Amino acid sequence: MSRRASGLKAWFLQRASAIYLILFFLYMLLHFIADAPADHAAWQSWVAQPLVGFGLLLFFASLLLHAWVGIRDVVIDYVHPTAIRVSVLTAIGFVLIGCALWVLQVIILAHVA
Amino acid sequence: MLDTKPRPVFLNLFKIRLPMAGIMSIIHRATGVVMVLCIPLLIYLFDLSLSGADGFAAVKAILGVGLVKLILFLMLWALMHHLLAGIRYLLIDIDIGVEKPLFRQTALAVTVAAPVVALILLGGLL
Repeated sequence: MSRRASGLKAWFLQRASAIYLILFFLYMLLHFIADAPADHAAWQSWVAQPLVGFGLLLFFASLLLHAWVGIRDVVIDYVHPTAIRVSVLTAIGFVLIGCALWVLQVIILAHVA
Repeated sequence: MLDTKPRPVFLNLFKIRLPMAGIMSIIHRATGVVMVLCIPLLIYLFDLSLSGADGFAAVKAILGVGLVKLILFLMLWALMHHLLAGIRYLLIDIDIGVEKPLFRQTALAVTVAAPVVALILLGGLL
């Protein structure tokens, strides 16, 4: 994508991730209201279902991407000195990547358990 | 850079009268930031709940504490405001609710409905 249209990518990602987050949130909500897992075994076997696991991976990917695009906008709006801005964004970026790897590990472990 | 003289800035927060959509918008932004900060906490609870029967019981016990329920309500309120305002923005993207009376009304509706929906959801979940 050209440099001039780079904002369009963030704009599109924010909306695409938002739509998936809404849909998967509604699905989780209905599941938890209608059939809340009573114990660890039920909870773990739900997460370990292939489609649910895939949906959760996509959910956390969307969530972290959505969080990154949003928080990046906020930091760019309010933090002006370049050195501080870059440091803050780098720190947040590392935390979000850490979160991604962490949740990936949690979901994989639930599948092999 | 022809003229770098600073432009006048008026930032007396007590005198600026933010319109309804502006109030809704700043809450959308603030709730977004708060929820980003809570992502590690969410993943921690997700991890703990899946770690075994003890972890599952621990998460259930944590969520049962009165103060945690209050925090949970505030977080659900934040999420509902962010989500409803987000749906409003998506509709505006496809030219629904751009005109003035509706634009204002939907902003008010989102702001008022968020805590109500949060309370209903909390009732359904707990």
